[in-house]
Amino acid sequence: MTNSSTKDKSLKEKTLGEVMRSQGVSRRSFLKFCAATASMMAMSPAMIPKIAHALESARRPSVIWLSFQECTGCTESLTRAHTATVESLIFDYISLDYHHTLQAAAGHAAEEAREAAMKENFGKYLLVVDGSIPLGNPGYSTIAGISNYDMLMETAKGAAAIIAVGTCATYGGIPHANPNPTGAVSVGELIKDKPIINVPGCPPIPVVITGVLTHYLTFGTIPELDHLGRPKVFYGQSIHDRCYRRPFYDKGLFAETFDDEGAKKGWCLYKLGCKGPTTYNACATTKWNDGTSFPIEAGHPCLGCSEPDFWDGGGFYKALSMPTENITQTAVYTAAGAVAAGLALGAMNKRKKNSAVAAHNKTTTDDLEK
Amino acid sequence: MSEASIPVTTEIKFNIQVSNELTQNVKPLLHEIKHALDALIETGKTSIIDLRSIPLAPGEEDKILNTLGQGEVMAQLNTLGLSEVTETQYAGVWLVTHYNDEGNIISRFIEVTTMPVILCSQTEDILSAYSRITEILE
Repeated sequence: MTNSSTKDKSLKEKTLGEVMRSQGVSRRSFLKFCAATASMMAMSPAMIPKIAHALESARRPSVIWLSFQECTGCTESLTRAHTATVESLIFDYISLDYHHTLQAAAGHAAEEAREAAMKENFGKYLLVVDGSIPLGNPGYSTIAGISNYDMLMETAKGAAAIIAVGTCATYGGIPHANPNPTGAVSVGELIKDKPIINVPGCPPIPVVITGVLTHYLTFGTIPELDHLGRPKVFYGQSIHDRCYRRPFYDKGLFAETFDDEGAKKGWCLYKLGCKGPTTYNACATTKWNDGTSFPIEAGHPCLGCSEPDFWDGGGFYKALSMPTENITQTAVYTAAGAVAAGLALGAMNKRKKNSAVAAHNKTTTDDLEK
Repeated sequence: MSEASIPVTTEIKFNIQVSNELTQNVKPLLHEIKHALDALIETGKTSIIDLRSIPLAPGEEDKILNTLGQGEVMAQLNTLGLSEVTETQYAGVWLVTHYNDEGNIISRFIEVTTMPVILCSQTEDILSAYSRITEILE
């Protein structure tokens, strides 16, 4: 219901509930929006009323998005978020004051928009960063003649929180890969005095990006993070643990090549180099392309793109480590036993991955032909 | 290299990974629905299960939906894109599917209740309706 007091408010002063009602969005539609949001944020459906209550009274925050050494894949991913209606509401609701790929303004006008947003909302705006920051030579990447480092440090000062989007911003990503010619570093390596939410992936799943934004909008806090600064709701479980092919792994049924009987039957891709056991992300449940599928469902091993140094991890098609007969045997025991074995193997795999990183193994054409 | 010498493959084989040995999550989920129905009968407690939160292999969601079947009620809602609310052949077990403007599913829930809340007229909308009807009669 629109009343005179809400009519007089500017868009920035209105709560989300007021914005929606003034746009003719019914309460029923708002409930649908909240249900989709709960599902997107991997929250229990019991949270739907709480989300509705929180969003109802939340206010429109300013968002400044900085893009440094990146390929624009993260923005491409975000703008293809499949829950289009929900996302468009979120983008109606946040004030995206600076994003040099999406904004209409260019040159001085664009930089002025960033400076104005910083000044007006000092201490309150959200800063989103994609891309790594080159420390080797500032000339590797500049925007409006400002080095990435200077722009980040200046913009971070007034941010309430920072969301590092994509593996480049979270861990340095491909620019950071050995031998790291630009001296690329992550946001977290430079900023120590602000809350940082890491949303890795190359690119991250679109709804994971919007889910983190929505969480901030809904609760005004940062979500619970893991030891790498990633939101646990999306990165709390390994791809392996949520993979629909996991039962084949537990039974010791593996594809040995991309076109053998095992591959055709959809068996586990572990021996083809799947990094699912050491990769924490939501691909196996949230999926990609309108929730259609994810790499493993399409028959390709997980590359581990949401983990630090995935590019230097020792070959995409090299198995992390070979399962032993004991693992196969586990299948005849209880499910709990299988999980325990999975954890032990996970630890083995972590060690193997770390040693591969230490040895700087590179993917060769031989690996690709395996 | 002439064009004629380039081998052309005419037969395309799709690698469809459907098997009888899938996640084994179908039966536990159906049991969860049974327990939720029991709670509804005993205490009136309603439950919602988010189908997107459970790892399911290709074809398994269809298996669940086929088992639940179609009951007496089918409703379509025009709420920021289409939503479908259907009662399954098990009274009290509802399937709520939300679509976006492009017709893609954005969320799907199994609700165990006498009536999903989204089907009910909402207080805020009723108040708004009252204002509007008052306005046109003034």
